[in-house]
Amino acid sequence: MNALTLPPGITWRGIFWQALLLVLVLGTGWWLVGNAERNMAARGLQFGFGFLERTAGIPIGESVIPYTSQDSYARALAVGITNTLRVAVVGIVLATFLGVFLGLARLSANPLLRVLTGGYIEVIRNTPLVLQLVFWQALILQLPAVRNALHPLPGVFLSQRGVRIPGLLANPALGWFLASVAVALLAWWLLVRRERARQMATGARQPTILPGLALLVGLPGLAMAAFGVPYVEWPELTGFNFEGGLNLSPEFFALLVGLVLYTAAFIAEIVRSGIEAVSRGQWEAARALGLAPGRIMRLVILPQAMRVIIPPLTSQYLNLTKNSSLALVIGYPDLVSVANTAINQTGQAIEVIALFMAVYLIISLATSLAMNFYNSAVALKER
Amino acid sequence: MAQFLRACFNNPLNAMISLACIAILAWALPPFVQWAVIDATWNGNAQTCRANGGACWAFIREKFWFSMFGLYPYEERWRPAVMMAILVVMVLASTRRAFWNRWLLVAWALAAVAMLVLMAGGVFGLMPVATRQWGGLTITGIIAVYGLSLGYPLAVVLALGRRSNLTLVRWFSTGVIEVVRGVPLITLLFMAAIMLPLFLPEGVTLDRLVRVLVAYTLFTAAYMAEVIRGGLQAMPRGQYEAAEALGLSYWQKMRLIILPQALSITIPSQVNTFIGLFKDTTLVVVIGVFDFFTTLRAALGDSNWLGFGTEAYLFAAFVYFVLCFAMSKYSQRLERDFRPAGQR
Repeated sequence: MNALTLPPGITWRGIFWQALLLVLVLGTGWWLVGNAERNMAARGLQFGFGFLERTAGIPIGESVIPYTSQDSYARALAVGITNTLRVAVVGIVLATFLGVFLGLARLSANPLLRVLTGGYIEVIRNTPLVLQLVFWQALILQLPAVRNALHPLPGVFLSQRGVRIPGLLANPALGWFLASVAVALLAWWLLVRRERARQMATGARQPTILPGLALLVGLPGLAMAAFGVPYVEWPELTGFNFEGGLNLSPEFFALLVGLVLYTAAFIAEIVRSGIEAVSRGQWEAARALGLAPGRIMRLVILPQAMRVIIPPLTSQYLNLTKNSSLALVIGYPDLVSVANTAINQTGQAIEVIALFMAVYLIISLATSLAMNFYNSAVALKER
Repeated sequence: MAQFLRACFNNPLNAMISLACIAILAWALPPFVQWAVIDATWNGNAQTCRANGGACWAFIREKFWFSMFGLYPYEERWRPAVMMAILVVMVLASTRRAFWNRWLLVAWALAAVAMLVLMAGGVFGLMPVATRQWGGLTITGIIAVYGLSLGYPLAVVLALGRRSNLTLVRWFSTGVIEVVRGVPLITLLFMAAIMLPLFLPEGVTLDRLVRVLVAYTLFTAAYMAEVIRGGLQAMPRGQYEAAEALGLSYWQKMRLIILPQALSITIPSQVNTFIGLFKDTTLVVVIGVFDFFTTLRAALGDSNWLGFGTEAYLFAAFVYFVLCFAMSKYSQRLERDFRPAGQR
């Protein structure tokens, strides 16, 4: 056998190009690392993550986990990560609801509603998010002072210091209450599944709504009887400040409102095009079967539309998460703004930037994986 | 009209929805019109504005040229003005499909050079102007144009690389695309602004605008690459096989057969992606480059004109809206034109 014979599909030309690429990448990398070492040495910096242990002294206004400015850089960055996740998770949930609603409204038979939502979607989609965030922030700063706080709904106060809403007091009764609701929902779901399987097998139909509601009322009722009623704390205006309730800072609120309104406009377009992508024949066939309008939507149209909707929806969720880094512009302490302060204080730019890029990559990857999993669950089952 | 009313009020639910819509409009529109038109001040100064109580469009009038040119030296302002004129002419010419040929690319290359020479100066007796002094809509235009024209070739290479048979090339391209798309643009801008100087040899410094462009170009390239990859994947296998059967080499096959088709079928999505990228030029605010929006915000700090933020934001929103909406309408028209005959 000739020593120069290559396996099929592999050519000398291919090997040459790949080798060239490898040499270029490694060479550039080596050159850059060398430069970085010299530059950092010249600035008296040492590469390494040791600085994470040092006291950060960064004042952070709001945090999900306990934090004081005596804590380490590692903890400050963790606060940033949880703040990013907080706004991203709440934002994704709210944007999905608003987006689906707007998408359906855009397809409504009512021309007024159609035009109104269409106008909203076009305006939001065609202006930069940074501008919208700054606008919402400016608007919130124009709200009255605490003493004259707006009071649009019972228990909701809008003022310069943010938004106060009723909060659940974190006591044991609340934990048991939530757990019992979860158990009731799970039991209901299992019941529905079993009854559906039985209906498939025997054709006999048993009611599931009444027993389900009984579960949903009964179990939490038992929990409340045993462990006490969970206490909802209503905010109250006491002179110059509020007492009780949950406070959303102006920065958090501006960021959340901006992200939700922006992303919802994109989700609305995705939902609309997903539903429009289902061919007319499907509607007509479902109607010919005598299905009620609600059931046509739920059983025939939405399952098919979901296949078109899920992939772009995933990228909207990722966009919202990435866009939450604009928190920097309006001063909400998310990962990027905490990291930015850390860079300014320590000079360890390479390490910190590598850290937060890694965090975003992990979040992106995790979201894609979760959504891909869901996507394969709703994907067309072909034989 | 009768048809419209029937569609609005043909059943109780619909009538309720219509009434709710009308209520929203009645609540929002009259006060806005009152503020923005009836009580508005079009000429005058901050005092007249405050006296009238409505919108202060005089403020926008006063700051209009500042928002276009930023801190560019006053007597040299004709240079960014000519630059913007070149840009507008080139963009309008590029929307005409009759001009879509290689000369358009040559013209764009010449225009890009001319824009740079005009702005930077230092040759032909033009006074040199440091990029620090550039600002306003001019710099937004420069970032968008240079980001797109430098990023686009890179995008084609990355898209081809991601579809390559060569394992290492595929891994490398996929890695670059996924990493850049997986992180926010802000982090790339930070990387370029703070980290890049650490990686350059001692004594070499890059202009801040150049560093912004590096990050923005990379970002443009990764997003465009995915659009182009969609086009490459949409090509029927027969096109590849026919090209190979003709004995064309890889580059001939791509240049003559595949890319022209893959690029043109994705033009509508390319325009849509570009709208997103154009809006993202506003992010340069985080590293202190004064683009259109940031310049307007800076104008808010003028102590003679305090408190007209809403007007400035509405004006900025209006400008971005007009530009982006025009692009998206154009992309929808292309989409219609490109749709094969026989489809809706």
